[in-house]
Amino acid sequence: MLHAADSQDRLNDFVIKLANVNGTGSASANTLLMKSIFRMGIPVVGKNYFPSNIQGLPTWYEVRVSRDGYVARSGRVDIMVAMNAETYAKDVKEVSPGGYLIYDSTWPRPALLKRDDITILGAPFARMCNETFQGVRSRILLKNIMYAGFLGALLDIDVEVMKAMLGESYAAKKSLLDSNVKALEIGYNYAREHFQCPLPLRVARMDKTSNHIMIDGNTAAALGCMYAGATVGAWYPITPSTSLMDAFKSFCQKWRVDPTSGERNFVIVQCEDELAAIGAVIGAMWNGARAFTPTSGPGISLMNEFIGLAYYAEVPAVIFDIQRVGPSTGMPTRTQQCDLMLAAYASHGDTRHVLLFPSSPEECFYMSVQAFDLAERLQTPVFVMSDLDIGMNDWMCPALQWDNNYVPDRGKVLTKAEIEKLDKFHRYLDKDDDAIPYRTLPGVHPKGAYFTRGSGHTQYGGYTEDATEYQIVLDRLRRKFENAKALVPQAVFTGRESHDIGIVSLGSCDGAVREALDILKRRGAHLDYMRVRSFPFGQDVEEFLASHRVLFVVEQNRDAQFKSLLTLETKVEKAKLRSILHYSGLPISSSVIVDGVLAELGESLSPQRTAIR
Amino acid sequence: MSFINKPKVAHPSLPRNELGLTRRDYEGGMSTLCAGCGHDSVTAAIIEAVWQMSMRPEQLVKLSGIGCSSKTTAYFVSGGHGFNSVHGRMPSIATGAVAANRDLYYIGVSGDGDTLSIGFGQFAHAIRRNLNMLYIIENNGVYGLTKGQFSASADIGTKAKKGEENQQPPVDPVLAALTLGGTFIARSFSGDKEQLVPLIVAGMKHKGFAIIDVLSPCVTFNDHEGSTKSYEFVRDHYDEVVHADFVAPAQEITTQYAAGETMPVTMHDGSRILLRKLDPAYDPTDRAAAYSYLRAKLAQGEHVTGLIYIDEAGPDFHDVNKTTATPVNQLPYEKLTPGAKGLEKILSRYR
Repeated sequence: MLHAADSQDRLNDFVIKLANVNGTGSASANTLLMKSIFRMGIPVVGKNYFPSNIQGLPTWYEVRVSRDGYVARSGRVDIMVAMNAETYAKDVKEVSPGGYLIYDSTWPRPALLKRDDITILGAPFARMCNETFQGVRSRILLKNIMYAGFLGALLDIDVEVMKAMLGESYAAKKSLLDSNVKALEIGYNYAREHFQCPLPLRVARMDKTSNHIMIDGNTAAALGCMYAGATVGAWYPITPSTSLMDAFKSFCQKWRVDPTSGERNFVIVQCEDELAAIGAVIGAMWNGARAFTPTSGPGISLMNEFIGLAYYAEVPAVIFDIQRVGPSTGMPTRTQQCDLMLAAYASHGDTRHVLLFPSSPEECFYMSVQAFDLAERLQTPVFVMSDLDIGMNDWMCPALQWDNNYVPDRGKVLTKAEIEKLDKFHRYLDKDDDAIPYRTLPGVHPKGAYFTRGSGHTQYGGYTEDATEYQIVLDRLRRKFENAKALVPQAVFTGRESHDIGIVSLGSCDGAVREALDILKRRGAHLDYMRVRSFPFGQDVEEFLASHRVLFVVEQNRDAQFKSLLTLETKVEKAKLRSILHYSGLPISSSVIVDGVLAELGESLSPQRTAIR
Repeated sequence: MSFINKPKVAHPSLPRNELGLTRRDYEGGMSTLCAGCGHDSVTAAIIEAVWQMSMRPEQLVKLSGIGCSSKTTAYFVSGGHGFNSVHGRMPSIATGAVAANRDLYYIGVSGDGDTLSIGFGQFAHAIRRNLNMLYIIENNGVYGLTKGQFSASADIGTKAKKGEENQQPPVDPVLAALTLGGTFIARSFSGDKEQLVPLIVAGMKHKGFAIIDVLSPCVTFNDHEGSTKSYEFVRDHYDEVVHADFVAPAQEITTQYAAGETMPVTMHDGSRILLRKLDPAYDPTDRAAAYSYLRAKLAQGEHVTGLIYIDEAGPDFHDVNKTTATPVNQLPYEKLTPGAKGLEKILSRYR
């Protein structure tokens, strides 16, 4: 059992893991729990570990309450809510010493009581549900709300906050609201009557979540697409990107439909496959609409040919890659950063692409808008490299802001009047010496018409098989990619005092890295940190790499793809780079990074030079 | 090469359309196809059709995949944008382009390899979407650019130039389109301009996906004895079932047809096509009957040509999507964003 001193330590700082069966409606109870804590001003993050299945397989939801605002998976379980008999054995084992296990004591499980270093709390949820509610489905659903109420009492969650949330969810369905509140109260009261509430692990109001939101990255990205003025979305459903288009559709249905005529100011095409989805995006952007497609690794594999066409014919496109575990079908509902090389060089021939690496839903929103601006400015495909962890999990972030003065950068597109003044239009001529040619759109002016092709073409737009003519265009494309370095988002730096040892990372590793930096600091190791936010890598990235003696490259894949990109595309000495790799499919936790850094530094640092004190 | 590069000078006596343009104004780059290629005749028919329609050249968007046929979009209407995309994927480019701007005319030119092999999936789904475009297949039963392999439209028993006989059953794009819900389905022959030109005009005017399967012999690899896609064989086994004459909205119907044999169909823009039924028993609005008729004729070795099926009333891609009348690529940005205030409202759900 915990001592009094420990319990103070654990106030607003613990992890609840909920083991459920998928398809039983546990998500709403888990969200209720998490969001109630959030509304009490306490930083919280939720992570869903779910199967690639519709109904009946184990699923887990992890709620990390963190007064310090850490957002990564902690790797610890303080309270396990074991609602799935199939995974009892595994779930019991996972509880950290001193922790709690909550289970449905309708069916007593003496075998569970084998661990004496944890506290086991039983409540007859199923029996109480059966006694109170009618109907199989509602009993299953309300059992979840009941355990949420039970936890509410144990953790000292404000029950009025929980009830208010239910009120919002069921505002239009009074009868559902009543039964949900009743279930909540039954669970809540049962805990109060049978156990000493609250537990030493508990919450207490803070003021750390005002002006924050809880949102997943796919929703935030979809919102970004709407704010960027995207009018065409083309896609083929694939986990974990599907919710991006679902969200875009629902935002557009709310904000882009004429209330009287019902006419839509957007087009969504559910295509026959990802090849068609990217084709439609290219066709739409070639024709002057902002268009995008959300997908995941297998989709990018299929899109490769078209991506090369868009690169070479210089057609803008915006692609969201919500990365999941590969290779092949892999584990579709688990997370990784394993498409970095695939996206950076997608398609045959010499091709290189602009990638953006959001680290949170907040950045998904802003980078979505940037992606359209960059794609149209540079006339090339732009990838937003999100992942399942960012895309599908609820993250706490600062409320998104919008500047009403934003004007979309539509790039170098000639107007009718500008074409009229031209003697002749040449599609691929580097007129401004910035390696970016001018475009025209169909239907505007016959003098602006040209023939777009993926075959060899001259700077004037004509077909060619001439070596020099071909190379003029290909070399300009390389210069254009170089020039992109000045346009893409810069890296984010923290520390920068040691100039000795640094961590380099990207995307969803950020939360774990920042937590690891704090832990390492407490242990006397002061590391600098660079979070790369885009490819191609800019001068700022080169300088950080050059100015550090040892660099840990933290990423979530087996083959150190990010490290490979750094060695291929910067001047960094390969020997300086140490990989810290995590590729289990679960989001990376800080301990992976702390352990990796200490294992290396413990041996290689000489006392005079070390940053470890 | 079948064209010499002629200077763009119009003789004063050349006929002009309503816009004052001559046929020369609708020409494109010089063809690089083999002399006598059926495809060049199709190109000429397209030029004739858009000239007759008095289309502004920039209103035409030309889309294609890869292959001899796909090259031809460079050989007509150089005043319209062209997109020579990747093999078999032109329908998806068309989908995006049509989504972005519903106000232009879209013509896709494809071949039997591009449509019926590598692109069969995209072709089928463009039909399902009833995308507002004209899709022409220049069908010669053979891969030209890779020098004479059978394509998916090669008939059983047809012989390759080197004597090999095809054993696999052909994919018939007309039968496929009938079963997939196509709303304008025609077949023609590159050697019959009189039939082809009005079909192109009508297909362009059709609201929805119009497909014309044009038998277009390959003079280099598939015009020999024993081929079922040679000029001679096609001419001998050619059975026009319904002839379409296009009538512009303001134009009066002057041609006289025997009663019971003509059928006027009103197009979306008020223009009409007059269908002249050469087989009085045939009904081009009856999908099932059309299918049986074609199968029966096929059994006799006949290529049924003409306007085989039409349904002018079906909802097209934009009807289904309920898209606004303004092309979405021309919607002002202010109409697309809820602004800072709207964002606040949206975010209240996430607090």
